Amino acid sequence: MGKQTRRDFLKVTAAIGGTAAGITALTPKQAKAASPEILSEDRMGVLVDTTVCIGCRRCEWMCKKVHGYDAGDIETYSNEEVFGRMRRPQNEGYTVLNRYDNTKNPITPYHVKVQCMHCDRPACVSACIVGAFTKTEKGAVIWDTDKCIGCRYCMVACPFQIPTFEYDKAIEPDIRKCDFCYERTAEGLLPGCVDICPVEALTYGKRRDLITIAEKRMKLYPDRYINRIFGHTEVGGTSWMYLAGKDFSELDFPKLSDAPAPGVSESIQHGIFAYFVPPLALYALLGGIMWVTKNKEKKSGEEE
Amino acid sequence: MEHNHKPIPVKHRYFTPGVIGIAIVAAFGMVFLLARFLFGLGAVTNLDNFYPWGIWIGLDVAAGVALAAGGFTTAALGHIWHRDKYEVLVRPALLTAMLGYTFVALSVVTDIGRWYSVWHPLIMWNGNSALFEVGICVMTYLTVLYIEFLPMVTERFMGRVNLPGFLKVFNKIVDKILHVLDRTLNKVMFVFIIAGVVLSCLHQSSIGTLMIIAGPKMHPLWQTPVLPLLFLLSAFAVGFPMVIMESLASSRSFGMKPEKDVLSSLARFVGPLLGIYLAFKIGDMFIRESFVYLAELNTASIMFTIEMVVGVIIPLRMFLSPAVRASSAGLFIASILVIFGVLLNRFNNFVIAYDPPYTDTSYFPSIGEIAVTLGFVALEILLFRAFVMIFPIISQPVKSTIQKAKYAIKGA
Repeated sequence: MGKQTRRDFLKVTAAIGGTAAGITALTPKQAKAASPEILSEDRMGVLVDTTVCIGCRRCEWMCKKVHGYDAGDIETYSNEEVFGRMRRPQNEGYTVLNRYDNTKNPITPYHVKVQCMHCDRPACVSACIVGAFTKTEKGAVIWDTDKCIGCRYCMVACPFQIPTFEYDKAIEPDIRKCDFCYERTAEGLLPGCVDICPVEALTYGKRRDLITIAEKRMKLYPDRYINRIFGHTEVGGTSWMYLAGKDFSELDFPKLSDAPAPGVSESIQHGIFAYFVPPLALYALLGGIMWVTKNKEKKSGEEE
Repeated sequence: MEHNHKPIPVKHRYFTPGVIGIAIVAAFGMVFLLARFLFGLGAVTNLDNFYPWGIWIGLDVAAGVALAAGGFTTAALGHIWHRDKYEVLVRPALLTAMLGYTFVALSVVTDIGRWYSVWHPLIMWNGNSALFEVGICVMTYLTVLYIEFLPMVTERFMGRVNLPGFLKVFNKIVDKILHVLDRTLNKVMFVFIIAGVVLSCLHQSSIGTLMIIAGPKMHPLWQTPVLPLLFLLSAFAVGFPMVIMESLASSRSFGMKPEKDVLSSLARFVGPLLGIYLAFKIGDMFIRESFVYLAELNTASIMFTIEMVVGVIIPLRMFLSPAVRASSAGLFIASILVIFGVLLNRFNNFVIAYDPPYTDTSYFPSIGEIAVTLGFVALEILLFRAFVMIFPIISQPVKSTIQKAKYAIKGA
């Protein structure tokens, strides 16, 4: 750095400052992408009544069918042996039913349908390195597979452990999860599982209406339901909500707070990068130290 | 003070029995690496839908970045604070950081499912994602490291360009390019030196932010909103021990006299840095009252205790002792303990602490995962050895007393 002058230093520093200011001007809007304001008041949801579901598993069959997987013969789905163990959504089949005992009335066990909850403040949308996930205005959380790099951070982030990954593929492995039948609902059709459910355990509608319906049911049948809608407030609210006859923790629902899942990490991220001020301040500070210590050295050199 | 010392390429036999052993480890790892790219992640790793991240992220990436911290901490000390005494350590530390980050990038490419899309974050932005921040910072810093390394390339080949065969015609032009490069770099290098330190501070902390979004899936002994700060402080603390360990190891391997007095005085910084880290770690534990989990006897509490006692408290005591700092063996052991502590901390944060719902099994790395991780470390050692034998990196005594490192960054 012998030949370097103070003017060089200022010139380059100014250039960096200018670039950074440019970046700053461009980014704030992007940073707000996951804020709840984009959600429509009329966004859709599904109310799952676990006390009504009879465990016919037609929703599982329909899910595979509408997503183009080999669903097999629908009659084989009446086989109840699968309830012997707890199952999770798979790469080819985004929803499963699990059975739980009903102590109040043992002949009608509870069935819990598992699929993506379509959070209002989704962790996957916040986490995704390339922003492949989107929370649509209408409620669905979908993803653009062409953007995906397969880092699996969405799987780490998801509080419900929903996304799955095609580990067995060397080329174009994909993230998979329930897409709320995004394409079907755009055409005015019901989501596959809701469409086929023979007992109306699943109710598709505007989320705010579903909350009213759920509250009414809990009020009318206080013996049938515990007084809680899972998904009403959990992790900031979800599009899919559940009614149950026994405590949700006994039905393997995770214990979650009402704070949105990405809240803490986003505030840290935006704190560190608040309009690029902290990094630039650090840069300036270090530049100052570098300059001062260098001059000190020069002075002591002259005195010798 | 080291006026008769000058960085020059090390003259030594490349292959020794030890080096051949390391080469075998590297080759073994590359076999599994090939299998991963041919048959997919599932064929080689024990990862599944419950455990999406394993040691390739926890060790190769997170610990790899932390252990490359020697590069920016030494650069800050030598070039920003202008402590000329440590000048001799800057080049080896820079080389370690450069190779370290190169292998971090390779590990990311290995771990992500669609490795050929690794460039996507450059144009597809998500400012909310901690991983995006880490990705962009690591890519930028890697570029900065390559630029910071360039002076060693120009110094080695300026006026000595001798391309083989018909390429000879380009000799003059390449030499010209090197000269221009050398002059330009000399003027602007300070920009990259400061940028390197800033970028390091940013992503060293953001790697800590990564697991925060996992929320209750992460064990409360490690899950805390101050994780980014803890990651940054531990990176500060592990930087100098890495430089000390490497300097001692390469001196021994090449049969040279270690820079004992420089290393001993560098070691004085480690105690306070470790102490600050320990204070924040304990403070956090008491504020969140997470120490109650230490009363349970399970994998998490045992791993946490080992991490803190063996990896932080014992080396802290050692580095505070002048007798330990004065002896090569003491310095070496204490440095290894700090490195082990940070390595274990990253492993604990990303692997041990992660406890997903809906599964009874736990993750243990497969032979393939371990082989690739060891293989990358072995390759890094082999490349480090090759680089110090080709480029002027390690300072050695030279006969002429007036010669000085011509292209050193500090004022002439």
